[in-house]
Amino acid sequence: MTVQEAKFEYLLRLGDSSLIIGHRLSEWCGHGPILEEDIALINIALDFVGNATSLLAYAGQVEGKGRDEDALAYLRDEREYRNLLITEQPNGDFANTIARQFLFDTYMYFLYEELKSSKDETISAIAVKSHKEITYHLRHTTEWMYRFGDGTVESHERLQNGLNDLWMYTSEMFDMDEVDAILIKEGIVPDLNKVKVSWEKRVHEVIAEATLQIPVTVFKQKGSKEGKHSEHLGFLLAEMQYVHRAHPGAKW
Amino acid sequence: MSQDSQWPVWEVFLQGNPGIPHKHVGSVHATDAEMAIQNARDVYTRRSEGMSIWVVPANSISASSPEDQGAFFEPSNDKPYRHPTFYKIPEGVKYL
Amino acid sequence: MDDAKQLEAFEAKIASGAKIEPKDWMPEAYRKQLIRMMSQHAHSEIVGMLPEGNWITRAPNLRRKAILLAKVQDEAGHGLYLYSAVETLGVDRTELLYQLHTGKAKYSSIFNYPTLTWADIGAIGWLVDGAAIMNQTALARGSYGPYSRAMVRICKEESFHNRQGYEIMMSLAQGTPEQKAMAQDALDRWWWPAVMMLGPSDDKSPNSDQLMKWKVKMESNDAIRERFIDRTVPQAEFIGLKVPDADMTFDEKTGHYTHGEINWDEFFEVIKGNGPCNAKRLKDRSEADKKGAWVREAATAYAAKQIKERAIA
Repeated sequence: MTVQEAKFEYLLRLGDSSLIIGHRLSEWCGHGPILEEDIALINIALDFVGNATSLLAYAGQVEGKGRDEDALAYLRDEREYRNLLITEQPNGDFANTIARQFLFDTYMYFLYEELKSSKDETISAIAVKSHKEITYHLRHTTEWMYRFGDGTVESHERLQNGLNDLWMYTSEMFDMDEVDAILIKEGIVPDLNKVKVSWEKRVHEVIAEATLQIPVTVFKQKGSKEGKHSEHLGFLLAEMQYVHRAHPGAKW
Repeated sequence: MSQDSQWPVWEVFLQGNPGIPHKHVGSVHATDAEMAIQNARDVYTRRSEGMSIWVVPANSISASSPEDQGAFFEPSNDKPYRHPTFYKIPEGVKYL
Repeated sequence: MDDAKQLEAFEAKIASGAKIEPKDWMPEAYRKQLIRMMSQHAHSEIVGMLPEGNWITRAPNLRRKAILLAKVQDEAGHGLYLYSAVETLGVDRTELLYQLHTGKAKYSSIFNYPTLTWADIGAIGWLVDGAAIMNQTALARGSYGPYSRAMVRICKEESFHNRQGYEIMMSLAQGTPEQKAMAQDALDRWWWPAVMMLGPSDDKSPNSDQLMKWKVKMESNDAIRERFIDRTVPQAEFIGLKVPDADMTFDEKTGHYTHGEINWDEFFEVIKGNGPCNAKRLKDRSEADKKGAWVREAATAYAAKQIKERAIA
């Protein structure tokens, strides 16, 4: 695998995760628990879509086969998608969404902090911009972790259930393969073990402060890096891509 | 009428640029100050209108009443000598 | 001061162009009418998020997706500004939403029509927001301070909505034959609802004169409708689309279009709750509200605990 190929692959991982979790958040639009939160969720979804657009556009450039961000977003199938499994999980109730966002936001926060010093200037520039956004997202979701954890009996239980359900998707966030090895050597991406240490520390602190329990270790799900997803992704992509695919080559 | 609540109202003040006063822009609902600030950020600075936010619980604001208007504000109308334009300064005199 | 004198002072203030503020004296009819108008307007923004939100997950490219997200978010923001403005008259949002969810409050008839294709997103921005802007720029000159200020803000933000809608229609009209057909179909379905959403002729309404005098209403529905049609028909022609009104003529003398007959029966049926999507819209809104109840409760409980802890510490 060449550095260029590895970079393309890595950019898909980053870009797809943002696109898919942004898609999930956008499903809340008009259905949020209170008007102010609806607005906040759309803001966050918008940041993710923007971030995905920059990453996929750059992925297309790196690939050099004339695919732009839309070709990559709209014309790849499930098996070609590289988003983390946690990002495609359905919204569930609002506590479930908060649990998913918190676990992923914390990951993205520490990962992008490292990516800011990437030797690839474009990745570094995207990371600098996105890190400001993600700092806000994390603050937002962390506040909700506290509110639900230490709010009512019902909210505590719902959030704990959300964490328990999603926990099995967290370990693959730190899995590394040849792609990582090549890019770490080039100083383009960080060692995910470093990100993992920060992630674990923060997640444990917040869960404790929120009077919740770290979910018991369960069998870990993985596969997104080889495009092996849960069944949810197919439906999500079918919805997302159908207009684009129904009119090949059309301009919008 | 349900027992449900849409949360207390907070008044929002934004500072648009450095050095100018915070200005009232509207309100949001929130359960605590942190949430009120975040909501204000999401609602009132979507087009980079602000660089600093104040939030105040709406019920903490005391306001003068319209009936006070006469007693409060009219007396100052006959004190033009508080304004610099009241004074005649000969042309050519500078720095005054 | 007795009521007659209060009224005289109130009307003089409005005539002078000054705004009425929340704590000022105001006739009960003025207060009631404002609550009715502002809350309907707020509900319309919130319900209006649904037909458009319906297409966020299916937007045909990433740029359109981002624009649509930003636009629907604006609608939520506008709803919020307007609810805040109603709250200055002493009705809280809990009560207003209760009225919406129980079907007691009305909202714009237009949002009870379905969005069937992507072109509908273009049609809504172009026609529905276009019609709304005509109305809102007038209302921004209204006499009630908080409403007028909310309108100024909304109008400023709304102009992008109108343009993005027209841009979508233009891309479609210049696109493949299928896309052009999609655009024309959307115009065919949304034209009359947009013409109707500005409301029935108000010569029948007995309150009109008083509301105009109090600057609650700024212009007659027909005047706003005429302006909307005059501006929109050439826009349609410019991109090669045809307004679905066979009887429409252009009067060279007045410089205005005369439209064919409006099917007011349909309008009143939709207002009454018999539009294609009334039931779904209300169900979606009240389900979101119900599902959010435990969230709101948890946040309230948490805040109360925090205050208590701080008091102990």
